[in-house]
Amino acid sequence: MVAMRDNAETARLFELLSSVVDPEIPVLTLQDLGVLRDISVNDGEVKVSITPTYAGCPAMEAMRADIESTLAAAGYERVIVQQILSPAWSTDWMSQSGREKLRAYGIAPPVSTACGQPGGQIECPQCNSGDVKLVSEFGSTACKALYQCQDCREPFDYFKCI
Amino acid sequence: MDTRQKPLLNYCIALGDDSLMLGHRLSEWCRNGPFLEEDLALTNVALDFIGRARLFYTYAAEVEGRGRGEDDIAYLRDCREYRNLLINELPNGDFAFTMARQLMVDAFDMAFFTRLMQSGDQMLAAIAAKAIKESRYHLRRSQDWIIRLGDGTRESHQRTQNAFNQLWGYTAEMFETPDAEQQLVETGIAVNRNTLKADWTTTVHAVLKQATLDIPADDWAIGGGRDGQHTEHLGYLLAELQYLQRTYPGQQW
Repeated sequence: MVAMRDNAETARLFELLSSVVDPEIPVLTLQDLGVLRDISVNDGEVKVSITPTYAGCPAMEAMRADIESTLAAAGYERVIVQQILSPAWSTDWMSQSGREKLRAYGIAPPVSTACGQPGGQIECPQCNSGDVKLVSEFGSTACKALYQCQDCREPFDYFKCI
Repeated sequence: MDTRQKPLLNYCIALGDDSLMLGHRLSEWCRNGPFLEEDLALTNVALDFIGRARLFYTYAAEVEGRGRGEDDIAYLRDCREYRNLLINELPNGDFAFTMARQLMVDAFDMAFFTRLMQSGDQMLAAIAAKAIKESRYHLRRSQDWIIRLGDGTRESHQRTQNAFNQLWGYTAEMFETPDAEQQLVETGIAVNRNTLKADWTTTVHAVLKQATLDIPADDWAIGGGRDGQHTEHLGYLLAELQYLQRTYPGQQW
């Protein structure tokens, strides 16, 4: 889905931007999240396309600033970060390694099937039990819901499917 | 700006106003929620609506092409220039009132954005595709709450019934297509609001029934928001919303 432009310079730029992480979930890079959609270079001007996770997500501004400063530090002076809306971001775009990193961080990754139906096969990131209970449709941020494990009793965040 | 773009500009601003006013009202619950998780939920939903407003305003500014930005449109107009539907500007009331309004708006948004996704205007279709993902879980949450409150204690049942009775007449305006939108409907850009009532009624009636609540009578209706005729509440809302920009013009975060 990510249109990786096949040339040495954009490959280097993707590599460079792999250090930019979600400010709220610092284990995930923008590529893991599926937020970074495209990079192109035209006549020395770098254009980075990102798509918002949620329309009102305050982290988007921070991501934009981090992309700009990372590229500026690497010597790119002319950088445009543009927001694209279509196709709308989906948790289906989250990479497999991103899902593993989330789990290790204590957040249950989105269940890729049965989108929209909470419950499903969500597992406790601590003890892997499937016996979990929805506490609230929202956790610490809009993208997460709050669950509790009925086995180990730990409350945890679940990255919602959208 | 090409004058033929004027109806599109007004459409984007009106849709942005709907989202901004409701987003602002929901944000007033911040630190006033009935418990911590609900406080977080209400403010997260507020963020979704404010995000939606930003998308509509940013596009409006682009269509207008006069150098105004989203903030100018959000903050620098007077009361009569806002075009939001009245239901979105009403004060929050108690928690039952807030959730009754959410149910009716969320059910409407599901029907509305489903159709706006088919708009001949690519940006409006893209905003709709984004918004509907959020409306899905908004609706799930508001219907859970209405069932819990309506089929709850005598007190929660009565308060929720009162809320629906007080709000019912404000919903008529959601299904009226103003003259200014008619032209956009004919060109396949705007949604014909008259077609949304059946879906909305099915959703809302089913929830009310499960919540053991009565469906209020359709014996009063109030409108005027799309013409800039608002309730007395909007001025107070704007006084707070616009305070910073009015006091420190051009201030940025």
